[in-house]
Amino acid sequence: MTYDAVILGAGHNGLVAACYLARAGMRVCVVEKNDWVGGAAVSRELFPGFTYSNCSYVNSLFRPEIMRDLELPKFGLQILPYEGGAVFTESGDSLGMFRDHDANRREMARFSPRDAEAYDRYSRDIARHCRFIRPLLMRTPPDPASFRPRDIGELAWLGKQLFGLSEAQMCDMIRFWSMSIADYLDQYFENPVIKAYQAVGAIIGTALGPMSPGTAYVLLHHAMGDVDGNLGAWGYARGGMGAITKALAGSLAAAGGEVRTGAGVQKILVANGRAVGVALANGDEVRGTRIVSNMDVKRTFLRHVDETELPGAFVRRVRDFKTRGSSGKLNIALDRAPRFTALPEGAPNLKGDLHFTDSIEKMEHAYDDWKAGHFSRDPFQDVMIPTLIDPTMTPPGKHFMSCFVQYAPPRIEGSDWTDADRDAFGQTCLDQIERYAPGFKNSVLHVEVRTPRELEAEVGLTEGNIFQGELTFDQLLFNRPVPGYAQYRTPIRDLWLCGSSTHPGGGVMGAPGRNAAAEILREAKAPRNHMSDAYAVL
Amino acid sequence: MTVDPRLHYETPLKQTPFHARTSAANKMNHWGAWAGYTTAIVYEDDAMEFSAIRNAATLYDLCPMVKYRLTGPDAQAYLNRLTLRDVGKLPVGAVHYTAWCDDAGKLLDDGTLFHFGAQDYRLCCQERHLPWMLDAAFMLDVKIVDETEDIAAISLQGPCAASVLVSAGFDVSGLRPFRIATFPFAKRAVTVSRTGFTGDLGYELWIAPDLALQLWDHLMQAGAPWGLRPVGSQALNLARIEAGFITTTYDFIPAHQALREDRVRSPLEMGLGWMIDWDKGHFNGRRALLAERDAKTSRWAFVGLDIPGNVEAGGSLIYAGKTKEAGFITAAAWSPTTKRNLAMAHVERKYLGRDLWVEIYALRELQYAKLMLPVTIVDRPFLRLPRRTATPPGSV
Amino acid sequence: MPSFDALIIGGGTNGLACAARLAKGGLAVMVVEAGEKPGGAARGWEFAPGYRTPGLAHLVYTLDQRVASGMNLSAQDIDLKSLSTIALSESGHHLTLAGDFGAETTGLADADRKAWPDLRARLLRYAAALAPFRAMAPPRLAASGNDWPRLARLGLGLRGMGAEDFRELLRMMLTNVWDVLEDNLTDDRLKGLIAFDATLGAWLGPRSPNSLILLLNRLAGASGALTFPVGGMGAVTDAMTRAIEAQGVHLRTGARVARMIVQGDRAVGVALASGEELRAGTVVSAIGPKETFLDLVGPAHLDTEFITAMRHQKARGGAAKLHLALTAAPDFRGADLRARLVIAPSAHAVETAFNPIKYGGVPARPVMEVMLPSAHGAGFAPKGAHVLSAIVQFAPHTPADKDAARAAMLEAALTVLEDHAPGLRALIAHAELLMPYDIEARYGMTGGNWHHGELSVEQMLFLRPLPSLARYATPLPGLWLAGAGSHPGGGISGAAGWNAAERILAEARA
Repeated sequence: MTYDAVILGAGHNGLVAACYLARAGMRVCVVEKNDWVGGAAVSRELFPGFTYSNCSYVNSLFRPEIMRDLELPKFGLQILPYEGGAVFTESGDSLGMFRDHDANRREMARFSPRDAEAYDRYSRDIARHCRFIRPLLMRTPPDPASFRPRDIGELAWLGKQLFGLSEAQMCDMIRFWSMSIADYLDQYFENPVIKAYQAVGAIIGTALGPMSPGTAYVLLHHAMGDVDGNLGAWGYARGGMGAITKALAGSLAAAGGEVRTGAGVQKILVANGRAVGVALANGDEVRGTRIVSNMDVKRTFLRHVDETELPGAFVRRVRDFKTRGSSGKLNIALDRAPRFTALPEGAPNLKGDLHFTDSIEKMEHAYDDWKAGHFSRDPFQDVMIPTLIDPTMTPPGKHFMSCFVQYAPPRIEGSDWTDADRDAFGQTCLDQIERYAPGFKNSVLHVEVRTPRELEAEVGLTEGNIFQGELTFDQLLFNRPVPGYAQYRTPIRDLWLCGSSTHPGGGVMGAPGRNAAAEILREAKAPRNHMSDAYAVL
Repeated sequence: MTVDPRLHYETPLKQTPFHARTSAANKMNHWGAWAGYTTAIVYEDDAMEFSAIRNAATLYDLCPMVKYRLTGPDAQAYLNRLTLRDVGKLPVGAVHYTAWCDDAGKLLDDGTLFHFGAQDYRLCCQERHLPWMLDAAFMLDVKIVDETEDIAAISLQGPCAASVLVSAGFDVSGLRPFRIATFPFAKRAVTVSRTGFTGDLGYELWIAPDLALQLWDHLMQAGAPWGLRPVGSQALNLARIEAGFITTTYDFIPAHQALREDRVRSPLEMGLGWMIDWDKGHFNGRRALLAERDAKTSRWAFVGLDIPGNVEAGGSLIYAGKTKEAGFITAAAWSPTTKRNLAMAHVERKYLGRDLWVEIYALRELQYAKLMLPVTIVDRPFLRLPRRTATPPGSV
Repeated sequence: MPSFDALIIGGGTNGLACAARLAKGGLAVMVVEAGEKPGGAARGWEFAPGYRTPGLAHLVYTLDQRVASGMNLSAQDIDLKSLSTIALSESGHHLTLAGDFGAETTGLADADRKAWPDLRARLLRYAAALAPFRAMAPPRLAASGNDWPRLARLGLGLRGMGAEDFRELLRMMLTNVWDVLEDNLTDDRLKGLIAFDATLGAWLGPRSPNSLILLLNRLAGASGALTFPVGGMGAVTDAMTRAIEAQGVHLRTGARVARMIVQGDRAVGVALASGEELRAGTVVSAIGPKETFLDLVGPAHLDTEFITAMRHQKARGGAAKLHLALTAAPDFRGADLRARLVIAPSAHAVETAFNPIKYGGVPARPVMEVMLPSAHGAGFAPKGAHVLSAIVQFAPHTPADKDAARAAMLEAALTVLEDHAPGLRALIAHAELLMPYDIEARYGMTGGNWHHGELSVEQMLFLRPLPSLARYATPLPGLWLAGAGSHPGGGISGAAGWNAAERILAEARA
């Protein structure tokens, strides 16, 4: 049989696209190389009795419009907000973040009374940038070089959004989009620890240091989500991040869509310039009227499409698309909760994100190591213990700890990672935690260490880039993935992209998949009334 | 025993130095958050408490109000640069009500400025502004300290307020409005200013936090014959509406907090143009305000409204000719003292000459009753009490 | 005391260009210069007996064409020698780029023989598209106050490049030079050279996003032509000085401005350090914006947010200036000493040289641009001897120990030079190294940044030096900006001064 749409990859964006297409009445098949669905949003039992969110580990970006359109709560999705966090200082103290505004202010005032109050204005300004960008997430970027009415209309809409701001705010916006987070924070804060805490969102997943221009935008990318309307808040998916893709798979099944696991793509079949199907690694062929790739743009075109089918300029641009991985991950099964010496017993912010990098300079040093082709000797870690909130992932009293690590290069000094490199990397991270939580290592039951090599091998993210492509301005909006092909279409007819390589980029957001589905349905002149537009920003 | 400073999160809302007494008096156990403190909304009965403000004497715990101390050779120059009024005209021992703006001439806050000595001022306000105040002090020799936690403040308001103070041994009979006096108390001192937020005769008392409870007890004892009682913020709010006073973040959004571009207001748009001293030299926002004044570009006017009937109109929209949205009400109440239905509202200046209407949604037993009523713009304050300014004040 | 229509603070390139344009517009102009002669950073000095520097700057990249023709800076006045660039190699396998921005190359790796001309042409096309913006006040982000027909023409001009080029320009606008080099070239010497050129005078490395536009901006100034004025940079400002004097502009040298005189909320003149007061209808500051507002005007006349933004304006200098008195000609393994010699063996070397200054440290292997002005003519060094002038990157602007940093930087620079010109150290009669903080102390440029504030995307065009100052007018009526701190920035260009003068004249007409 020929499907109306074959989706390559059962990551969250592939599933979102599949769900929307299936709900529009299309016959949809998702093929997935792994024996499980989820891509980088998975819950996996890699140690008996312990569920790991072994790739992505927290949620804020996943669009509520999608959760609602696809009835994900009905299929088990539950998002749990979490509490604050802390950065531990070299001096043995910790700067906490609390959900309560006044507790937060008093905590910062321990470090700088001035900064404690500057934080409000800073948060207001970030919220302003969020208000501007959020409506852009669920729209197809216009092609600025096009004279088609739709592109011109969309550009005019963008212009209207921009010109809705005062001149001063427009300038603020442009400055913000082009600045380094270090310079941006210098405008508000004086205390190094407070700056270090605020800079975190600007380097997560990013092949740039906090002093690199463009990192302020990355911060926004991590601040523009919400948990049930609480802007900038993050939460856990109950049962691990796999709960999101599990719910999507459930929603897809309910809409009549199929998923084939253990079905890796060998080649995208092209006939007469049109994509007609896919040859699987197991020898099967799946035919489709349209093929929608959730793989990143490099993987899709450089591995699975004959170069002869593609314009040379396009291939060159895809090759030049930047996917340098910068992150590693440790997933740890713990016999007991760690005890950090700098946190009082029972501190609520232990349930948040924990860091050991107390200055922007240290983060930048960690990046310098990455530039030289090493993993960071004193890495930045974003450590979380979801099981302090979510009781479903481990046996009672035991814990799962997720450690997201910057920086880990795609290759070590130009060579592939070896197991010894990986183990040394893991040890470096464990040692860092042990310094702040003596005895921690004794409570470790199992560790899974993931470098960009493992991320690429398992999830298929080229060079282990968690965003399917770096989030620099030259790869955002109408430049994503490559200029002229930012509207989910590709040079091959009926071959579409729906992954994070496309606008609006990475993170477990679902917007690329949703936007791609919208474009596909628009072209197929199929109904789209089951798709919500972005909720209005009032 | 020293408390671990990290444990502040155990009590996200702090207790004021008067808490032992206010909590004992708070029979309703009705509390609200104010600037990081827990304060009483109602102690027993808000109508009785309001009535005491206009009839007898009342205590209101002011501790959460933000207080900055400004000292140094450039303190006056600094305050002239920061605020709208001419601080050079504020004598030692006096207080004035003032406000301050950002560069664009949009309001950041209003508050009262106390002049204690040649180089010694206190600024009291609703919001926190430390970064802004420090920025404004660049290259000036002035020390700025947030002393909110170092001073306990309590407001004594009502027609019998002076009598209570005199009976307590603080002879304020000669103290004129907006003047400060100091009296010995418990071998130290209590500072009394003739200020308040009720539009009535009243005083504010300032003291070291460790003497707060002693002062409370002393006042309650001295005030017993006049029926002195603590009042919560609900009663105070009604009094301030009658007086036509504005409250930052309730009647306008400070420019540093406004997320939406059109929410900020200039002093000209808030009816505070009278306090701008155009001739004192440069002050923050002066050029923007001058341009607004000269080009008449103020978009909004903040007005007092008299509304027919007795249904409170808080939050209602104002219409020109019943159809065109022309503004909104920020504060409203049936005024027991004037027997009028009052409101304060932002109205777009271009509609000021038009017939204005208010659309009230009144919740009555789960169901909204909708009213469309004509409104009249009236002068503020809605209430002028001679006793507020008389010196010496009357005995009751 | 004669009264002037306009008083210009600072007799550097921009001050002089501004004076010329205002005088041409019919204004009576006075220029007040703190130094003994005008010229600012362009002027040379004797740094060792018998040895002169060519100036803090030592090359002309971007002299604005309006300035050159408007001030009649003809070939008789200034002898501008076109230079080629040699990317030095420690092994003597040098790469030579001759003509504008390497129109011809010698010694280029085979793989880049076609790739380089392609990339070069593309970059020059983009630079040309951006060039018109240098010669105008930045547009406003508002409906009012713009010359819309002109902007529309410029917009159409950009779009006229064709869809492909237009898209690519939008992509490359905020990209980093590193990726562009990695994507297009293989020759490390060429990549090192271009990475060096892009980050010259900036406070970022080639891997930093937004680094390519700095290269485009420099190319937009003069399509990549590179010249050395015989006689040193002072020859350029001498010619400019003669030009304004011929126009009747009054020049006061040796007059340091101490403060702005403000009356009735208007700048009405300046007070000199001597106490003397000079008055004028319009005051134009061609010195740095920070110095202008924080030192001369002072916060009393300015709003808080403005002052805070001015304090936060980034002005980190990352370049040191080295002068060596050499007793004989050095040998850079056969390289032509009349060329611009660049030591930047790879883009990675440039990035690595940037790393330590982020933390106030000194790079072990700095990269540099070397000139031997004495190879072009007499007047710099005794006969047979030479002066080596080098911009050495990157240098910290606020190290913990300034003397130690200077010593370490000098040693590192000399080590690198010795590796490329064996025996050079033995020829040194005297060495002078100006770190960014030395440049600040000497020229009053905050942070030692020669653009009077970093030229970086968030401080470019309508954001330069601050959004509220982008059109040369200031919040203080009567006071204008005309220096390198304003659009389009520094370099021996005069464009900022000329643009400012045109705005001042337009305002006067209105």
